Amino acid sequence: MLDCTPDKPLTEGAHTTGKINPIKTCQPVGAMYAALGIHGCLPHSHGSQGCCSYHRMALSRHFHEPAMASTSSFTEGASVFGGAANLKTSIKNVFAIYDPEIIAVHTTCLSETIGDDIPTIIKQSEIPEGRYVIHANTPSYHGSHVTGFSNMCKGIVSYLAESDGGEKKERANIFPGFVNPGDMREIRRIVTEMGVPSIMYPDTTGVMDSPMRKTYEMYPRGGATIAEIKESGNSKLTLSLGAWSSDEAAATLQAKCGVPGVPLRIPIGVRATDDLIMAVKEGFGVDVPESLEVERGQVIDTLIDTHFQYEGKTVAVFGDPDILVPLTEFLITMGMIPKYVVTGTPGNKFEKTVNGMLEEAGIEGSRVKAEGDLFDLHQWIKEEPVDLLIGNTHGKYIARAEDIPLVRVGFPVFDRAVHPLMPIVGYRGCLRLIEMISNALLERRDRDSLDEDYELIL
Amino acid sequence: MTTDLNVDELLAPLPDKVRKNRSKHIVKKDPSGGSCPQIEANTRTVPGIITQRGCSYAGCKGVVVGPIKDMLTITHGPIGCAYYSWGTRRNKARADERTPPEQIYTAMCFSTDMQESDIVFGGEKKLAKMIDEAVEIFHPRAINICATCPIGLIGDDLSAVAKAAQERHGIPVIHYNCEGYKGVSQSAGHHIANNQIMERIIGTGTEKVDGKYVLNILGEYNIGGDTWEIERILGEIGYTVGSTLTGDSAYAKIKNMHRAHLNLVQCHRSINYIAEMMETKYGIPWLKVNFIGIDATIDTLREIARCFGDEDLIARTEHVIERELAAVTPEIERCRKVLKGRTAFAFVGGSRSHHYQFLLRNLGMEVVVAGYEFAHRDDYEGREVIPTIKSDADSKNIPELHVEPDPEEYRPPHLHLKMSKEKYDELAASGILNDYKGMYPDMVDGGIMIDDANHFETEELVEIFKPDLIFTGIKDKYVTHKMGLPSKQIHSYDYSGPYTCFRGAVTFAKDVAHSLSTPAWKMITPPWEQSGTGGD
Ligand code: SF4
Ligand code: SF4
Repeated sequence: MLDCTPDKPLTEGAHTTGKINPIKTCQPVGAMYAALGIHGCLPHSHGSQGCCSYHRMALSRHFHEPAMASTSSFTEGASVFGGAANLKTSIKNVFAIYDPEIIAVHTTCLSETIGDDIPTIIKQSEIPEGRYVIHANTPSYHGSHVTGFSNMCKGIVSYLAESDGGEKKERANIFPGFVNPGDMREIRRIVTEMGVPSIMYPDTTGVMDSPMRKTYEMYPRGGATIAEIKESGNSKLTLSLGAWSSDEAAATLQAKCGVPGVPLRIPIGVRATDDLIMAVKEGFGVDVPESLEVERGQVIDTLIDTHFQYEGKTVAVFGDPDILVPLTEFLITMGMIPKYVVTGTPGNKFEKTVNGMLEEAGIEGSRVKAEGDLFDLHQWIKEEPVDLLIGNTHGKYIARAEDIPLVRVGFPVFDRAVHPLMPIVGYRGCLRLIEMISNALLERRDRDSLDEDYELIL
Repeated sequence: MTTDLNVDELLAPLPDKVRKNRSKHIVKKDPSGGSCPQIEANTRTVPGIITQRGCSYAGCKGVVVGPIKDMLTITHGPIGCAYYSWGTRRNKARADERTPPEQIYTAMCFSTDMQESDIVFGGEKKLAKMIDEAVEIFHPRAINICATCPIGLIGDDLSAVAKAAQERHGIPVIHYNCEGYKGVSQSAGHHIANNQIMERIIGTGTEKVDGKYVLNILGEYNIGGDTWEIERILGEIGYTVGSTLTGDSAYAKIKNMHRAHLNLVQCHRSINYIAEMMETKYGIPWLKVNFIGIDATIDTLREIARCFGDEDLIARTEHVIERELAAVTPEIERCRKVLKGRTAFAFVGGSRSHHYQFLLRNLGMEVVVAGYEFAHRDDYEGREVIPTIKSDADSKNIPELHVEPDPEEYRPPHLHLKMSKEKYDELAASGILNDYKGMYPDMVDGGIMIDDANHFETEELVEIFKPDLIFTGIKDKYVTHKMGLPSKQIHSYDYSGPYTCFRGAVTFAKDVAHSLSTPAWKMITPPWEQSGTGGD
């Protein structure tokens, strides 16, 4: 990857088939992550144990946390005769051995290809009193890990949310989207700061950023409880953050329980955070507290103080659409030029949205691509380099090969600690992004400068 | 070891059927001697159990063929499998005189990224096109194609696609039907990979391999640079490493592996098939080695020298041992002071849980519970049980290759070892060649061997044995930490390594000492929760 990418631009149509160094992975990992955001939940992977092992591995490496999940352990027999028996046995064994409050089943491409009818199998299974089994279909040959996250969120709503038909409560539901627990904590803090009670799910805080205690807890003290999720059907509105990861769940909740969803972006950057705050203000008729005004003012102050460090710099960004859309907008706000914006997740909506933002900002000559890969991106960078790369750990090879600083944002970040605990959302997240970006550029400048140009004061 | 473990008691909370199944997978080392009791291995995991196992694809692509640096490996399937096997095993590879940097593909990930319509209409065309594009862009010497679960189900004919592509492009295109559901674990994938490498690559080269004593190192994956340290030591003694299999190996070298004089087998589980097949086909004997641990490395070096019987080689071996030992002893002694008397669990793969026992023993530690994810009975009980292992439905679907002596390349083993027939017979009678005694003989008395250990059992065993440290993989690593126990990954070494031979032992010893003594362990209880006596 460092040296394999050809120096010359590829001819049109040279790489059209398959993915080389992908920017997406398969649905179940997203479904597993979403399921871990329910308190007392054991995710269950219906397929061969290899998938489950891979998905747990990916989550453990990113979060540096245990990622527990069981599997139907298919072998050839199950693949031929169907996996019903395996799933029923699994459900029975999981409740008997691990005693979860709820099992969240997701499929793999194996069980999808066979066509196992999960709802029927669940109905035929032995489920102890007061316990739950829910499911989501997550065929890996469709969408990406973001689709899997969305499907499981939708599954949680369809199985669990209830409306008592009474008057809706002055309370917000928060669907936070496929973000780190650090982000979820921050999103919740902002809404709480505004004096609005909330129910958030999935909520991986306390689960995928759990503290060191004296003993191991298989079901850590975090996540949304089943009672809360049920109750979400009686909330006044749903803040649905991230069109790709949350909107389907919000639409399902609206249809099922009559809770209107307010579609928003994940609050990365000033504008997207403003939008969230305005939605809460208007939805609940509350005032914006001084504390948030201070936070916002600090961001604007910092942007003005330091703009010359990053203004006009070109940047290549890659990752998940719900992160990329607001992030690109923020980079534009910062005065940077998003030169290449690439997601692995399919869908034209992405290109349209990002191109629209670039156009509005009068930025020309950028390349935007959905369903792209890092090989595409590397090629473009070889044709015309950028000053900064923003994306997940897999970008580090391009960063080294082309000698470009990399700021790590998104999933997965395997090679850095603390990352999932620190938010990039909200105004505080803005400060962190500015810090990471300008430090990367300044460190680069310091490293490259001649002795006589090595400077102390900005 | 005095812990009197009652397996039935340990498993008592499990449902009947599960308990019955699992009790056969646990064996205690009997202090009164005797051979290993039968242990159940390489059988299906109970559905619903939180196992550490992976799949056949992981064994084939992830372990064996992925590290071959100059082969471009395409995963045929939906995106995930390729994504997860991308760069996660730290198999290091570097350019050398035979392989320029632009032909090293191990840090890259190629997937046909099958979509719904491909699943419905078949993915053969897509695969063929991707091969064409890859050849056009990268000009690889050879290509691997690895299958994932849905490919087997929809019935894509990989062999036909590979054959046609090979004809179109004039380079080898090798396919592996390693669909994840084959067999019961990664092990099936190792076997499938071994078969294809043996049939399609080894022996196809015509180059001479220079060197008086040419060795291949099989089952060594160069995690954290392990292979390079072994090569350094062997090189200094006077051996030539023809090729490794498969860490830092190149197609260009594997082709000529049949020109070696002796095969060394590091990981028995993942590669024993090739060792055996090369013995039959070319007459090359194999020696089970272990470069993990100082005493183990010394024994191994002496045994290799003994295989050739050359006095010079023996003298140089002793010289290198003496020199290396002198260099590392002070540091090892320092670490020993911290580590002596500590106990550990070792849970991984198919060979490491055995190998690391030697190194830990050098450091004054003992492994009290050891388990494999995907071993077979012979890895526990020794190769003598192979004829008695009954094949079941899950092992039957992995084709056995039938090899015969090669009419041109076969030479009797004594000629490979450059000794007389009589001397060779003597050596063979000593039993060091072509054999592996399994993990059991090296377990500590009263220690537990556990196959396909699951989360429940691990927690119970920790409760009983209270080890100081657990050696494991990433999925268990953080679980272990939350239990208040240090852990080290012996799959990927937590960014460290190499751990092989003498210098590797020092690196390992320091890493382990750090794990145990890092100050944070003492800070888990906040001061306000500590009793008035000054806390811990
Ligand atoms: S792509 Fe399919 S077979 Fe591969 S890991 Fe994902 S779910 Fe499993
Ligand atoms: S120790 Fe295990 S994982 Fe490692 S190479 Fe051997 S069989 Fe594979």
